[in-house]
This record gives sequence, C-alpha cells and structure tokens, in this order.
Amino acid sequence: MNPTVRRVAVLGGIRIPFARQDGPYARASNQDMLITTLDALVDKFDLQGETVGEVAAGAVLKHSRDFNLTRESVLGSKLAPETPAYDVQQACGTGLEATILVANKIALGQIDSGIAGGVDTTSDAPIAINEDLREVLLDVNRAKSNAARLRALARLRPQQIVPEIPRNAEPRTGLSMGEHTAIMAQEWGITRQEQDELAVRSHHNLAAAYDRGYEEDLVIPYLGLERDQNLRPDSSLEKLGKLRPVFGGPEGTMTAGNSTPLSDGASTVLLASEEWAQAHGLPVLAYFTAAQTAAVDYVHKREGLLMAPAYAMPKMLEREGLALQDFDFYEIHEAFAAQVLCTLKAWEDPVYCRERLGLDAPLGSIDREKLNVHGGSLGAGHPFGATGGRIVANLAKLLAEKGSGRGVISICAAGGLGLTAIMEAANNG
Amino acid sequence: MADRYSQLINTPIGKIVSKQIGLPQPTALERWEPGRPVISGPVLFGAAPGGRLAAAVAQALAGMDAEIHSPLQEDIRTALAAADTEAKVFNAEATSSDQRFKALVFDATGIASSEELRAAYEFFHPTIRRVRSSGRIVILGTPPGEAADPRQAIAQRALEGFTRSLAKEVKRGATAQLVYVAPKAEALIESTLRFLLSPKSAYVSGQVIEIAPPASELETAVLDWESPLAGKVALVTGASRGIGRAIAETLARDGAHVVVLDIPPQADELAVVAAEAGGSTLALDITAADAPERIAEHFQAEHGGVDIVVHNAGVTRDKTLGRMTEEQWERVLEVNLNAEQRIDHELFERGVVRNNGRIVCVSSISAIAGNAGQTNYATSKAGVIGMVEAYAPTLSQSGQTINAVAPGFIETQMTAAMPIPLREAGRRMNSLSQGGLPIDVAETIAWFANPASAGVNGNTVRVCGQSLMGA
Repeated sequence: MNPTVRRVAVLGGIRIPFARQDGPYARASNQDMLITTLDALVDKFDLQGETVGEVAAGAVLKHSRDFNLTRESVLGSKLAPETPAYDVQQACGTGLEATILVANKIALGQIDSGIAGGVDTTSDAPIAINEDLREVLLDVNRAKSNAARLRALARLRPQQIVPEIPRNAEPRTGLSMGEHTAIMAQEWGITRQEQDELAVRSHHNLAAAYDRGYEEDLVIPYLGLERDQNLRPDSSLEKLGKLRPVFGGPEGTMTAGNSTPLSDGASTVLLASEEWAQAHGLPVLAYFTAAQTAAVDYVHKREGLLMAPAYAMPKMLEREGLALQDFDFYEIHEAFAAQVLCTLKAWEDPVYCRERLGLDAPLGSIDREKLNVHGGSLGAGHPFGATGGRIVANLAKLLAEKGSGRGVISICAAGGLGLTAIMEAANNG
Repeated sequence: MADRYSQLINTPIGKIVSKQIGLPQPTALERWEPGRPVISGPVLFGAAPGGRLAAAVAQALAGMDAEIHSPLQEDIRTALAAADTEAKVFNAEATSSDQRFKALVFDATGIASSEELRAAYEFFHPTIRRVRSSGRIVILGTPPGEAADPRQAIAQRALEGFTRSLAKEVKRGATAQLVYVAPKAEALIESTLRFLLSPKSAYVSGQVIEIAPPASELETAVLDWESPLAGKVALVTGASRGIGRAIAETLARDGAHVVVLDIPPQADELAVVAAEAGGSTLALDITAADAPERIAEHFQAEHGGVDIVVHNAGVTRDKTLGRMTEEQWERVLEVNLNAEQRIDHELFERGVVRNNGRIVCVSSISAIAGNAGQTNYATSKAGVIGMVEAYAPTLSQSGQTINAVAPGFIETQMTAAMPIPLREAGRRMNSLSQGGLPIDVAETIAWFANPASAGVNGNTVRVCGQSLMGA
C-alpha cells in the first residue's frame, strides 16, 4: 500500500455554451452533448486515442436507457475505448462530486489522470409512463396464460395515458426548489434589490469575460450557439425590476431574472498527477486541494433546503486551517441569487454560526469584488450536471492567470446537499 | 371580569355598532396565569447603533424562552448568539407583512443626539403596525441625568414624548413604556423586562421607569422565576378586600408567606384571605399609637424580620376643602401617610426589614393630577410619592428599595358604588378604554417586590391604562 497522497493538478476544462430549455439543443441528447464535450477536451489537450485513468461524469435528468451514460459517451468519443468510466449523480453537485472523486483517486495513486464531467438536458427529458399503466403492463408480462394476460389487460383505463413528467420538486416536501428558496429568502430577509443586483453583476461579469476573449479556450460553439443563450449583456436593475415574482407569493422577491432558468449543456475537466502532466507537456493551472460535502435536514428540522454549503464550508476551513477571508476568488453557484445571499448572510451571522454551525465566532463577510468575477449560473444558465465542471475549469484558469492565491467553490444541491472545494494556484509552492 | 360595556362591545353586533358610531372599543386584555409563558408570541429586538443594552436584553429574552427576531445588526446578533438564542432575522424591507410581533423592544441608549432620534422612527415606522393585540412596546434609554453630555440628555429626554404618544397610538390592548437604564444597571433589567413584556403589565401603559444600580453590591442568587418570592415574608396592610386582597394573593402565588393586616372589624374577612393565601393575620388599626411597635414585634418574633412591606391601607373622605371637617382631613392623612411613616420608621429603627427588602406604597393618580373634592386624599397620596423619593437613596445603601404604584380607575366595590356618569368617564378616559383590575395593581407590586428588582428604586408607576388625567 502506498501511504503517500499526491497533489492533484487541474489542467483545464471545456464546455459547450449553455442553452435555455427547448432552445438550440432541444433535440440533442445527454450523450450527444457529453461526447461533443469530451472530444473538445481531447482536442484541447491532444488526447486522441489515449487511455485516460478514468472518466467520471453524470446527468441529473437521465433516461433509463442511459444507465451507463458516461461509459457509452467514452465509447463514442475519441478517447481510447479502453478508458474506464462510471456515472455519478448528486443533483446539482454532480459535476463537482465527479471532480472530487477523480481527484481523490489521483491523490491516492489509483489513477494518474482522469476526466470529470457532467451534462444535462431539460429539453430531451425522460418521460415515464403512467405508474398505473406500468403496473398493468408488468402484470401482463408476468402472466403465464392468455386468460391471465386478458385479465390484466382488462385493467387498462384511459387516464393511464397521462405520463409521468419529471418535476423540479423535492419528493419529501412537494415544494419546488424555488419555493424552498423563497422560504430561505424570507427567513434571511433578502430583498428583491439585493437579488437583482447580484443577477445583473452575474450577467455583466460573464459578458465582460466573453468580450475580452477569456472564454475562448473554455467554451466551444455547439449547434450554432457561441455564447451562453441565457446571457444578457444589457441586463439592468431597471429591466429586472419589471419582472413579476415567480416564487414566494405576491410579496415574493424571486423572479425569472434572479433565478436560474432550466438549461441544457455539458462540461468536462482534465485532472492529473503532476508527473502525468509533465510527461504530457501540459502546464498545471491549479491544484485541487480540499473538498467537503454536507447535508441538512430540511424535512424535519426545517433548515433551508439549499443551506448545506453553509455547513460544509466551516468544516473544510477548519481542516485546512484557513479563514473564509483567505481566498482570492469565491465561486458560489448561483442557483438563485437568494441562495448566494442567504449563504453569505449565514456566514456573517453570529447567531447562525453559533447555533447551527457550532462556531464560536462567525466566519465573517467576504469581499464581494472577489465573488463570481466572471459571472455565475444566473448569467450562464445551469444545466444541473454541467455546472460543477464549468466552475472548476473557470477557477483553474482564474488562478493560473493570477499566478498565485487560492479560490473556493460552493455548490448547493437538491435533497439538502452542499459541496465546497478549494483550489490553489499552481506556483503557490 | 370585563365590565358590562366591554362585554357588549365585544359581541359581534356590538363591535359593528360601536365602530359605526365611534364609541370606545375596549379590547379584552390578556392577563397572566400560572403556567403561561412570560410572553406568548414573537419578540422583535432592535437597537440604535452604539447601544449598550444588547447583551442584557438578549440574556433576559433568552431567559424568557421568547421567540426572538432581530435585524442583521452585528452588535445585536453577537449578543443574541452569546445568549445562546436561535434568533430569527427581520428585515423591514423583505419580511412578509404577515410577520407580526407580540412585542417590540428597542434599545435607544445609542441615541446620542436629537438627530439620531431618527433611529427610533426607522425602527418603529415599519413595525408598529405589526404589533399583535395585547402587544408590548418597550423602549430602553439612558436617564437624561446620567447622559454623557447635554446633546445626549436632550435626545434621551425626547424619548418620553415618543413613548407616551406611541402608547396612545397602539390599539387592541397594546401598551408602551420607556425604561431608563442607568449605566452599570444593565444587568438589572430582567425582572422589569419580564414584567413589562408579560400580560402582568396589562393595565400599565405610557410609563417611564428608571433602573439604577444599588449603592451596595448585591449577592446575585439564581432566581426561580416561577416562585421569585420563595422564602420571603411580606406584610400587606388593608388586605381584607379589593386591591389589598389581590396583592396578598399575588405575593403568595409568587412564593411569599404573607401576613395580612386590617382593622379588627374586618377580622373575619381577613382570616379568609389568610387561609387562601396560606398566610397569617394581624388585626390592628395602623393609626393606633402602639401599632408600629406591635407590627415590628410581630415580625421579629414570628418571622425574624420582614422582606416586603406593602402599605396598601387607605381611606377616602371626599369633600371640597371649604366643606371638609378637620376630622375628615385628619383621618385621611393619618391612615394614608402618617401611619405609614411611623411604621417604616419603627421597622427600620429596629432593623426588622431585611437586606434586599422592599417597601411598596400605594399612591393614586389623584395625587399626580389633582382631583376636586380630594384635597386630603391627594395630599396624602402625593406625600406617599414624596416618601418614595425621600427614602430611596438611603435604602439603596442596603440593597433595599421603596417604590409606589399609582392606580387609576380599578374595578372594585368602591368604584362599583360610584354614580354611573363618573364611573363610565373613569373607565373610558384612558388609552385602553376600560378600568383595570385589582390584579393589575398586585402584579405591579409583585414586580417591585421581586428580589431581582434591586435596580427599581424610587419609582412611582401608574397602573391606569395611561389615563388622560395627569402626566
């Protein structure tokens, strides 16, 4: 057994522009998008025919036939068919969790290189047949005689035609993620103004990144789309102010403008040991140095559904001996502007930090200028499985450009899940 | 025990009719009962920047098990965290208008100039209409005399007008008070906050209360708030009926052994009160020459001292001064003022009143506002206020206190015998549009008597529903 733990290098990532639901990618499948994005990564790092240690990726909305989505995508890609792969699924944490899994195998020496990724389509969504109909059909299948088959078929009813369409709702509360977030926004007293300001910043920052060519090696055009379809470079408080609330009732503060839209897209990231990177002549952009997951009981203890990152962060910081202020970049997934604001307020609040997080002192506030400097999910859109890869690739490049420092990632996910991770610039020593 | 008008008004038809024709609409006031929480509903705690009471308020609210809400203001949240509360967040701009509060507590000690009074506007403007029925507003300030400079003194004094006006604006049985907390008395606010936030202060409104540090250091024992007077011995004069009886029962409820005193002709009624309160009787006339001595000896012999003395016995002999006989003048002054002084003198002279002892007197709003036909009564009751003010500094040396209640219109046998127009005027001419109950006076006295009320000294607190009479 090798007791040493190796540093994990992030070599870079790539994604296709994110499209809005039923937009240009309406007829693209998860596999189409993941293969395209894997091939883009292969092209970017010259990996044609190469056997990579492992590919871990996943999608949140998946057809039953896609039980081996990642492996099938690898087989359809330019990677060597001998490249192993497996599916990961952790709601909106899928992409970052895949990165953590690949990183950990590299750290332990089980693999020398790996690709983490994620994909999602809300347009080509799986639709299941009616649950009653499914039971009838299964009984027909089980029947051993024609008479029994007929008896089973006699249970068919017209209303069984209505299909099961996947819903963006928590099974245990019946509330949509937006409704849950509206409760959080109410608990934390988040104003419409704050949310709209965050949304405008997200659009403007991402637009500025495209304009200066920053996204050129991070995003490849796909199906006629060159930039994220959701991006509104001319977004303004005035425009967002006209939108009607969609969650939280008539007094609600959450609109389509400060919530992420349903989107389609895919992303991939290449990670490796330093030796592998050197052998392939690939520069190290950043190191993936720490990660933490957490979960909250939003069912019985009434914690906010998307508050788990607030819990993951202090655990990770304590283990790493860092303060919340020790970062040059904060990449917080903007599922909803309110989620980001609730999380930041939670870290600043002495009561929450003591009573919920068990801390003697609050984590404190962050320099907002360092938050999502190249935009976030509000601007780019949020294909569930693809967001983690987008963020990791962007942060790696940010750290490489700066040449020093560290960045932190925070992602909330359905089911009361939360993930955080730390990346450090390559030449930090 | 609402009066007949209140009962009528609070029927569905009565509500409609009274509203249409603009009659006063008294709300049935909530009153405390054993087993009830101090406050049954969420408390919003806010502060002007730079206040010094956040920690003390947080501790007190935590002790009440109150559901606390506060703005995300660092000093307040730090204090609420230190008090181990799970305080919720309030933001006037974002919190749903459904969120209503049983109480608003505002620390105004940070207000250092009249310009900064704006902080009071900013806190109350978006919250005042969120107050529930029988709600409570407590504003905490610095006594103008203790202010750092004239600018602060002016601003702090201004809070009185603000509070008294708020008390008149709030509806449905809600009350508002101003508590001036002197520097170094921060830790002594809990008993007062508990009283003012709870239904115990149902008929107290528009009052200004001062809390000051006692001249001597006190041992602070952990108090059982369910039974704060456990182990204490109390004397209540005039205890055979009405307000005196309610006082005896309330002090007994709070754990005290109560010695009930009244004139010998009332001995039978007195025995009933003593039996109900689990106390003992002392039948004598307080104006008798040997009364002070007999009282002092009784407590020395039977109880080794006394902790709480409530001078409740009082008489009226109403006549305009020109028609008043000398006997009428003398009798009222004797019972209401002279005897009290003689008894106190004897008790203190012999050292019968124990450390951390409490003297509570009963004054009257007639003493404050004046009342035609009551020159004798108002003189005696204003003298009581003078007694409180004169003795407070001395008693403070031994951790003792002296305070007075000044009841307004309280529903008793005495008021029931009043002519209807006078009675109705007395009942309605206050912010709560109704008379108070003997228990309201008794609860106020129990708050003075509480061992944790060491900082409440020299106060005269009116129990009058913010009567239009007097200041």
